[in-house]
Amino acid sequence: MPATITPNKTDQERKRRLEDHDNGSGRRPPTDKRTGGGGDNDNWNERSSGRSGPYERLHRYRMGIFFALASDLMFFVAIVSTFFVNQSAGHLNVYNHFENTWVPTAIPPILWLNTAVLFLSSVTMEIARRTMFRETDVMDEWLGLGKPITRRALPWISATIVLGLLFLAGQWIGWHQLATQHIFFRSNQSSHFFYLITGVHAFHLFLGIGALIAAFTGLYLSRQLESRQILVDGVSWYWHAMGLLWLFLFTLLVFFQ
Amino acid sequence: MTPNNPTNPQRQNSATRPLLPTPYSLLPRLTDHRTIAKQYLLLALISVIIGALLSLLMRIHLVWPGWSLWFHGPILPEDYLALVTIHGTIMLFFVLTTAPQAGFSNLVLPAQIGAHRMAFPALNASSFWLTALALLILLSSTFVPGGAAISGWTAYPPLSAVPSAGPGQGLGMDLWLLSIALFAIASTASSINTLTTIIRNRCEGMTWERLPLTVWGWFTAALLSILAFSVLLAAILLLFCDRHAHTSFFLPAGDLVNNVLHKSGDGSPLLWLHLFWFFGHPEVYIAILPGLGLTSMLLANFSYRKVFAYRTMIATTLLIGFLGILLWGHHMFVAGLNPFASSAFSISTMAIALPASAKVLSWLATTWRARPQYTTAMLFTLGFVSLFITGGLTGPILAQPILDEYLHNTFFVVAHFHLIMAMAGIFALYAATYYWFPLITATARHSGRLMSEPLGRLHFWCTIIGAYAVFLPMHLTGLAGEPRHYAQLTGIPGANGALSPAGALLAQTIPLNRFITYSAIFLATAQLLFLLNLILSLRKGAFATSNPWKATTLEWHPAMNPFPPIPASDIPAIAVYRAPCHYQTTGPATEPDTSFLTQWQPDTAAETSAEHTINTKPE
Amino acid sequence: MIFPRKTRLSNSNPALLLAPWFLPADASAHGPALDHHLLLNLWITLTLLTLAHLILFAGLLARRRPAQKNLWRIEYLPLIGLAILFATLTIKAERLWAGTRYTGASLTALQVEVTGVQFAWYFRYPGPDATFGITRPQLVAPGEGNPLGLDPADPHSADDQVTSELVLPTNREVDLRLTAQDVIHGFSIPELRLKQNAVPGQPMHIHFTPTTPGTYAILCTQLCGLGHYRMNATLRILPREQFALWLSAHQKESTHDSK
Ligand code: HEA
Ligand code: HEA
Ligand code: CUA
Ligand SMILES: [Cu+2]
Repeated sequence: MPATITPNKTDQERKRRLEDHDNGSGRRPPTDKRTGGGGDNDNWNERSSGRSGPYERLHRYRMGIFFALASDLMFFVAIVSTFFVNQSAGHLNVYNHFENTWVPTAIPPILWLNTAVLFLSSVTMEIARRTMFRETDVMDEWLGLGKPITRRALPWISATIVLGLLFLAGQWIGWHQLATQHIFFRSNQSSHFFYLITGVHAFHLFLGIGALIAAFTGLYLSRQLESRQILVDGVSWYWHAMGLLWLFLFTLLVFFQ
Repeated sequence: MTPNNPTNPQRQNSATRPLLPTPYSLLPRLTDHRTIAKQYLLLALISVIIGALLSLLMRIHLVWPGWSLWFHGPILPEDYLALVTIHGTIMLFFVLTTAPQAGFSNLVLPAQIGAHRMAFPALNASSFWLTALALLILLSSTFVPGGAAISGWTAYPPLSAVPSAGPGQGLGMDLWLLSIALFAIASTASSINTLTTIIRNRCEGMTWERLPLTVWGWFTAALLSILAFSVLLAAILLLFCDRHAHTSFFLPAGDLVNNVLHKSGDGSPLLWLHLFWFFGHPEVYIAILPGLGLTSMLLANFSYRKVFAYRTMIATTLLIGFLGILLWGHHMFVAGLNPFASSAFSISTMAIALPASAKVLSWLATTWRARPQYTTAMLFTLGFVSLFITGGLTGPILAQPILDEYLHNTFFVVAHFHLIMAMAGIFALYAATYYWFPLITATARHSGRLMSEPLGRLHFWCTIIGAYAVFLPMHLTGLAGEPRHYAQLTGIPGANGALSPAGALLAQTIPLNRFITYSAIFLATAQLLFLLNLILSLRKGAFATSNPWKATTLEWHPAMNPFPPIPASDIPAIAVYRAPCHYQTTGPATEPDTSFLTQWQPDTAAETSAEHTINTKPE
Repeated sequence: MIFPRKTRLSNSNPALLLAPWFLPADASAHGPALDHHLLLNLWITLTLLTLAHLILFAGLLARRRPAQKNLWRIEYLPLIGLAILFATLTIKAERLWAGTRYTGASLTALQVEVTGVQFAWYFRYPGPDATFGITRPQLVAPGEGNPLGLDPADPHSADDQVTSELVLPTNREVDLRLTAQDVIHGFSIPELRLKQNAVPGQPMHIHFTPTTPGTYAILCTQLCGLGHYRMNATLRILPREQFALWLSAHQKESTHDSK
């Protein structure tokens, strides 16, 4: 990723003496003979450079988002595994014959369309994310020449919001189509899962749209470039994850019922 | 790391960065990790007192069924089950998950890695308030019509899925589920904060091998929470749908509960068991992992030694965490698990005994011929070692399906987990409290206070005696066949009026149970000593020096703990030069000549003289 | 410290404080092996326990010496020892487990069905035709003496006998079919070293062989509601011929009141 120009950079121009483990952050620890050179492989050389340097906050928030997504992934893993268990589960009927009453739920065709829309929204989101880091604009901002980044990113963010809303609306229509065929959440095992999976995912997207709107306003209000970058970057990773997740869930519903 | 780097404008103009490293400078109080730590500890303290009182009610009812509670009357069977459920839930979630993992980690984790703040203070604070809300909801469930849930902390369906299954399974159960769901979200949030902090906020020179084992404990426990709690959340969501959306994830077809027939669906109750225990077993290790780390560090500190086999301890911590995910099935040996699966889970469970034993061995080696200094914190740590061994050794017994077939859901299990989890966990909490009390009480105005040592020793001896007196006999009543969750042991009516064989079987355990109850009352009363000590020391405890225990870890760095703030200009930039527990002593540890090198001290002449004697590697 | 013994029924015995220091009597074929393994485990645990504490205290009392360095002698060798110990225990246990659980019951085994209901156990014998009748939850009516919802339309159900106490012959393998009507129950006979949960919608089979005649307790060991503690039943183990008598007598009366 392109580096921004932050004052850090200027004070890193100082001559660094790497052989003394000087990370250029201004203070270098007194050289430590025992631990020097990683001789006792307590990896002194890969030691963390602490909370200094550009993008430190960005990377921190990104890592937080990733951990959150990891736990969210486990959430869906749990649901999907119950899906498979319940699918193969059956019961002994009164005649002691094992019977499996799983009838797959027909996928409303509109979901294909929604999938396309969601994919598109991921693309616009990624474009918005990239614009946040365009070097020349970052430079302008730092030199105080307005907020070109916000100007460039806003359209893409709004596009993503619209597409996301379209997706949700599409899902809503899909549910209605099922409802008209009298297939409800409560109807049978597979419908349980269809509504549960789509519903939970839709809820996640709902939160995502909330975050997008937050980012939208943030782009307007926040003066600090880094916070704006963090905002958009975080939302976009979340959004991509939800898109990817949907691909998995959709294939599950379409091909594995 | 740079708490304040004048040549770094980006840090100065950003409002999120304090100019002073003192927590009270620019940050709002509520998002300061030390404040959050105190809030968590207070919450845990209130919870543990409630939980302890509930357990006393349980014990009293078990041996004097006629005894009637003031303002309530005699304790009915459903009351007893509600007591057990709330007791277990409160103790496990709101005491042993919050206090070590959220409370003390907020207090010292940032300092121990040389950071001045957590990665996400706001997230951190919100997770506390969520936890508090969850506790309130749980407690409020006692007062709703039907009372609190009666299905135990494991909440097996259909009992927990069908409101008609019993009193408390209606609104009470809903509130229980809601409370635990909120708790799960809160713990996940705080774990995200913990993990990010540990990975990104370590100071200059704090390599992974130099991390104190406490931090490793918190790290592993946080990883486990991330994996486990979201699974619990999913399970709770499914159960909630079963209760209110007429789905049947856990309900089999033709399930008839109190004339309420569930027609549709092919749900399986065992599914809940799998989901719950996939969470439940990691959960109990989340409860103990910080304690394991703390024990290693304190033993080393007070015997003025290095932790024996430091790297191996890191490895075993991670290994326990990893294996902990793979053995949930050992709670289901006779619950309908396929026998072959039982064997597999039995093997993985036996495997986890080895890293645990490795830890025990390291503890024994660390204290071996060390003549440690017997502060109260050290005493409680030694108590932890003893309790962990005693409670742990019954684990492998339960881990053998054929034996579990006899012992499952008897008081033998209750004894097992009270010794290794309840008592060991509480001992770790006490050790931490006595040890870090100066950090809890220090304010910007005055330095921290110490707790009274004589009172502390008395408290320790009463507690260890009480703990063993309560929970050792439970093994015997368990072996005699006393099952868990029995609201009554005497005069159980048989099929035909007279005292049934069951009644006879249980009646034998009464005398021993009486003894257990007396001991429990003694044990709980002994805790008043702690509360007394707490109150007294908070008021007028002796002021502590900046490093009262000759500790080597960073939380005692003068710039780290909130002693009277030094002007920003002369704060030394914090960097770490060596692994913790860097001691050099001649003669008994209690002698004053103990020279030691903190993690943050740069090389000095003193150390170069120490060079030859001290092996500077982690091991 | 712990020896198998016969259950005492008298509650007035002064030596009762010692009573729980023993396992209950053991009346099943697989029991003795289980007890033996259990006692072995308990003794080993006790030894390790005392050993560990001895090491701890000795180390605390002895004069101070420089810290150990020898990882292998102090850490890994004992670990290997413990690993071997735990491994042997596991293998022994798995053998026993496989013996009781891996294989089904023999075809000649006595068929009995156990049903757990809040808060009682019902036992069903298939009768002469050796097949259980159909049950339907809709027909369940404890009031009219049909707690299991036997379907009268089904020919097999006529001769089924539903009892509230379990009566079994000695030295004949029993094939229990465990089910539950409402919630999960825990079918447990301490004196037979037997325990298996009864899960609604998912019948399970366990098989065992009673040996010693006598009256024993059947408990519920899975929390199943407010009556969990009183959900017990009686097991009577009779010599074979007496069992045959009981069975025939019971059949007569049941056919009588069916008339
Ligand atoms: C941390 C966990 C914990 C703790 C501390 C305890 C403490 C005690 N428990 Fe509990 N118990 C459980 C966890 C715990 N228990 C669980 C999970 C269950 C299963 C529930 C279920 O089946 O659903 C259970 C069940 C259980 C039963 C089984 C009931 C049944 O199945 O019929 C019994 C019966 O005697 C019992 C008794 C006791 C007693 C006498 C204590 C005494 O030790 C109480 C004395 C109190 C203390 C020693 C603690 C004092 C600590 C402080 C005052 C402050 C420390 C705090 C800080 C420093 C911040 N407990
Ligand atoms: C902190 C919590 C905690 C911890 C650490 C453990 C640790 C272990 N537990 Fe426990 N367990 C619980 C909390 C915990 N448990 C709870 C709460 C339950 C009940 C849940 C419920 O049903 O409500 C339970 C139930 C439980 C069961 C199910 C019993 C049943 O319901 O039928 C089993 C079965 O395998 C088991 C096994 C183990 C094992 C093998 C360990 C191992 O990790 C133990 C490892 C430790 C050792 C092996 C000791 C090491 C020391 C030595 C070996 C001495 C060395 C000797 C010398 C140096 C000479 N536990
Ligand atoms: Cu049936 Cu407990
Ligand atoms: Cu477990």
